[in-house]
Formats: sequence, C-alpha cells, structure tokens
Amino acid sequence: MAPQLVIDTLTLHFGGVTALSGVYQEVNPGDILAVIGPNGAGKTSLLNCISGLYRPSAGRIVFEDREITNLPPHRRAQLGIGRTFQNIELFKHMTVLENLMLGRHIHMSQGLVSGGFYWGRARREEEVHRRRVEEIIDFLEIESIRHKAVGTLAYGLQKRVELGRALALEPRLLLLDEPMAGMNLEEKEDMARFILDVAEEWGTTLILIEHDMGVVMDISDQVAVLDFGRKIAEGTPEEVQKNPLVVKAYLGKQ
Amino acid sequence: MRSRNPFVMDCGVFTTNYREDMAILHHPAAKLKVLTIAAVFLFLPFFVSPYYVSVANLIGIAIIGAIGLNILVGFTGQISIGHGAFMGVGAYTAGILTATLGWSFWIALPAGGLMAAVIGGLFGIPSLRLKGLYLAIATLAAQVIIEFGIVHWPALTRGPAGMVLPAPTIGGLVLNTDTSFYYLILTMTVAAIVFALNIFRTRAGRAFMAVRDRDLAASVMGINIFKYKVTAFALSAFYAGLAGALWGHNLGMISPEHFTIKVSILYLAMIIIGGLGSVMGAIYGACFMTLLPIVLRELADFFGGGFAGLTHAMLAMQEAVFGLLIILFLVFEPEGLAKMWRNIKDYFKLWPFSY
Ligand SMILES: Nc1ncnc2c1ncn2[C@@H]1O[C@H](COP(=O)(O)OP(=O)(O)OP(=O)(O)O)[C@@H](O)[C@H]1O
Ligand SMILES: [Mg+2]
Repeated sequence: MAPQLVIDTLTLHFGGVTALSGVYQEVNPGDILAVIGPNGAGKTSLLNCISGLYRPSAGRIVFEDREITNLPPHRRAQLGIGRTFQNIELFKHMTVLENLMLGRHIHMSQGLVSGGFYWGRARREEEVHRRRVEEIIDFLEIESIRHKAVGTLAYGLQKRVELGRALALEPRLLLLDEPMAGMNLEEKEDMARFILDVAEEWGTTLILIEHDMGVVMDISDQVAVLDFGRKIAEGTPEEVQKNPLVVKAYLGKQ
Repeated sequence: MRSRNPFVMDCGVFTTNYREDMAILHHPAAKLKVLTIAAVFLFLPFFVSPYYVSVANLIGIAIIGAIGLNILVGFTGQISIGHGAFMGVGAYTAGILTATLGWSFWIALPAGGLMAAVIGGLFGIPSLRLKGLYLAIATLAAQVIIEFGIVHWPALTRGPAGMVLPAPTIGGLVLNTDTSFYYLILTMTVAAIVFALNIFRTRAGRAFMAVRDRDLAASVMGINIFKYKVTAFALSAFYAGLAGALWGHNLGMISPEHFTIKVSILYLAMIIIGGLGSVMGAIYGACFMTLLPIVLRELADFFGGGFAGLTHAMLAMQEAVFGLLIILFLVFEPEGLAKMWRNIKDYFKLWPFSY
C-alpha cells in the first residue's frame, strides 16, 4: 500500500531556533498517527508545515502522490487536508451552524452574485449543504447549540465544534492539534469515540497530537515521537512506550 | 459579530424545515412589520413636503454607500479611506456616459457601479500584503490619485468646473423631480439592502467574515483570502459607484469637490456610529449622519434667529460635533447605534420584568 502522506526530511528554522530537523514520516491511508513529544518539540510546527501555514526550510511534503510543499493553505484544504488548532480558532461571533457551513466552503460553488440574489441555485445549494452539516451536528451530538454563538460555549464544546467544522470539509487527511487538551475525563472519552468513529466510518486518515499517553495507547495505530525537532522514535504504541530514548526524553523534561 | 437579522422577533419561533429556518423573515409578525414599513415608504411622498422627500433621497443614497463601506470595513475587516473617490468613479463614469455620450441612464448606472468595482478591486490588491494603518495609507493614495485624475483630465471630466447631468427618463416619464427620483432611489436602496442581507447568509458572506475574524483558520477551510479581500473591495466600490451615479443624477451635476476625502470620512463615521459589521448599522448610521446637519441647521436657525453670527458659529461647530460623536461611539459603544437599538428592544421585551 502506498503511503497517503510522505513527510520527506523536513527541516524548519525560525532564526536560530530549529523547530524541525530532518523529520521523515510516512502515513498510510486510514491510519491514526499520534505525534507525541515534550513541550516545544516541534509537533505543532509539523502540522503547520503539512497544512501550509509554515513553509519548511528544506524537505518535501507529498500528499496522494502530489508534491504540496509550496501550495498555499487554501489549496491544500481543497485537496482534502483539514485541521483543528491547539488554541481553538473558531469564528467566535458566528453561530455553530455558520462555523460548520464555513467548513463546507470548498464543496460549494455559488459565487457572490448568485448568493446575493439567493435565487434557485444558490438557495438550493445552501439547503443541500445545510443538510450535510446537520448530519455532522447529529454525529457530534451538538443539536441543542446549533444556533448559539460559538464564543458563548464552554471550552470542551468549542473543541467539539472545531472538530465539526474540520469534518464539514470532508477531509481525507485530518490533523488534530491536541483535541483533548484541557478536557475532563468524560469529555475526553467522548472525543476519543468521535475520533475513532471518524477513522472507522469515513476512512479518514488522522494525525493527532496528544499528551495523554492513555489516550494515545487507546486510539492510535502508529506513534511518532519528536524531541527538539528530531524524530527519536516510531512504532506501535507498545513499542514506543518501551523505547528507552522516549522514556529518557520524557523523564528528562519532568 | 454575527449579522443579526433586524426583522426577526425571536421568541417562540419553531421551524420545521431548513428552508424555513434559513429564511430572512420566518415570523409572521416580522412579515407584518416589513409590510408596514414598505407601505410607509411607498406612500411617503404623498404626506410629506417635497423638501423631506429630497432628504429621504439623500438618506437612501447614503444607505447604499454606507452598506458598501460596511461590507469592506465591518464585515471583511479591511479599511478604506477611498470610498468617496470610488463614489466619484461611479458618478463620473455614469455622467460621462449619459451627458457626453448620450447613453441611457439605465445602462450608465450599472456601468458606473462596475467601473467603480474594477477600480476598487485594483486598489484592493495591496491588501494582500498590507494591513491596518498601512492599508489605510494605500487606500488614501487611491483617494488622492482618483481625485487628481478627475481634476486633471478635463477632456473627459471637464475638470474643476464639473459637469451637468441629464435627468433619467423611463418610458415617457422624466425623473426630474425629487418625488419621481424618490421611487428610483427607494427601489435601489431596497435592492441594496436585500442583496447585502443575502450575501451575509450565504457562502461568500461567510467567507468575508471568516477573513475578518481569523484569516489563518479561513485559509485552512479552503478560503482564498486574497480573492475574498479583493472581491470585498470590488463589491464595496460597486455599491459606492451606484451611490455616486445616483447622487450625481439626482443633483443634476457633479464636480470634483463632491468626492473628496471628507466624503470618505463621512461614510466611515456613518458605519462607526451606526455599527460596524451590520447591515442595519449602516442604515442607522446613514440616517443619522444625513439628518444630523439638517437638525443642527434648524436648531441654529431657531436659536440664532436673527443673529447671523450665532447661526454661523453653530454651523461651524458641525464638524466638531461629527468628530466628537465618532470619538464617543468608538469609546462607549463600538458596536454603534445598531447595538444600542438592540439593547433597547431587549429591555422592552422583558419589561416590566427587566431584572
Ligand atoms: N511562529 C514561530 N516563530 C518563532 N518560533 C516558533 C514559531 N512557531 C514555533 N516556534 C518554535 O519552534 C519550536 C517548536 O514549537 P512547536 O509549537 O512546534 O512545539 P510543540 O511541540 O507544538 O509544543 P507544545 O507541546 O508546547 O504545543 C519552539 O521552540 C517554538 O518556540
Ligand atoms: Mg503545539
């Protein structure tokens, strides 16, 4: 099976700081890859390179046999790469529905003028995609808040809405940056269930950053460990957990 | 800021399908309210004097211009100090077509809007790299360049002397009175409002607001930020161009001093005072800023009665009052009149159990 995503010896500098250094990683279709590592290891930087927010200093990124290293973020989204952020990046003044409808942007075709007249085509299109968005709302069990402004919601719910917005894009590769950070146990369990369902039912490939080793053990197929911008280990959760380098990286920090 | 629907009273409304849920007016009371307002405006010329009809015309034009500027500034988060100049582009394009080339006003009007949209879009290109103050300066350049162009291209624009514009005709009817022009402006204003309300409940409008709120998140949702910024400039200038073309043909003449930076600032004041990022806000602001000098003048006449010096002094204070108002709103109610009106309505919805 050909890998869906190849991160080919990626290096990223910020002035004197090396955020990533020669990171190589393949991700197979349908896999859940967990990226772990101490604070400042370069995990978010890696996701930013994949979604196009950062341009690597060296190396290439190949998605579905197509080099995307130099594509702007919106082109990558159009190719099927979706993501959430470590610090929630929702549109706070808009409702849950509007946020999710924004997630449908690339699947809609109406332009400014037909939207302004709201006749026939634009109106039908809004309705069709509204229906799709409602499916996601059902799936995430957020029916009761669909008309609420996102800024008024509790943190855990916002995380869920942000996942919903990313799902609305129907990504084939979904990047989740600490989707469970700051959640209580129950919320974490819900989120883990949603993530597993997405992978299973939609066949979405997932890369997720997570600090909670319990969660990582439970849901990931593969784990990559970063430390100071280098990949120091890779393997199944069990393998990685036993790896002395990993133990050292974590103990060294704590 | 969510573009809140101004015509909805939202208690006890339950919808049974998405189409109803997505409609602008899904409450019977809201429909009634809109019908009443429509009736009032439809018959307005029959029960007020022509002077007030002419004031209503100015308000309608200001509403179109202010909605246009709010699309760019309030909804998309870009800044423009060139709105007055874009109105000039529309006014002069339409004016040259009707007065010099003898074209029909009904072609000249959209042509004026489109030309303004093209020029506005061009001057929106720097928004790719510039934000905030720097973008403001770039649009200031647009204002200066366009003004310069109008003054220094007399072959086309007759320079500082200005041009006289013919009245539009429809069928055999010449729209040369305030009352006949009133219906043209009313139609255009309603169209401009409905178009904007529709935009902000559909794909492009959501993209504008996404660009304003979080451009990184917008880009990873697949939104081409640059395209939407330039589109917002073009659409905003299109509204400005229409407003300018209407304004010129309403007055019957145009000259460069009608489209100066003062006009740009006046429109910025409208949307700041009315409410950024709200169609209703643009409407309130346009009414307020058009009526304010009129009310001030009447007050001046009333109190200054006979003392020309006093009347003069009070009129001179007009600009100071404008400035003061802008500062007060920026400090105390950045969401403008639209928000204040909402607060009042919310208060009375619960009244007398306000606590
Ligand atoms: N935009 C930036 N400008 C400058 N330095 C940056 C930038 N983004 C990341 N860095 C640096 O790169 C390194 C890796 O940061 P990154 O955010 O990728 O870490 P992380 O593994 O996600 O950490 P955390 O677990 O705290 O989220 C850090 O030293 C950080 O300071
Ligand atoms: Mg991080």
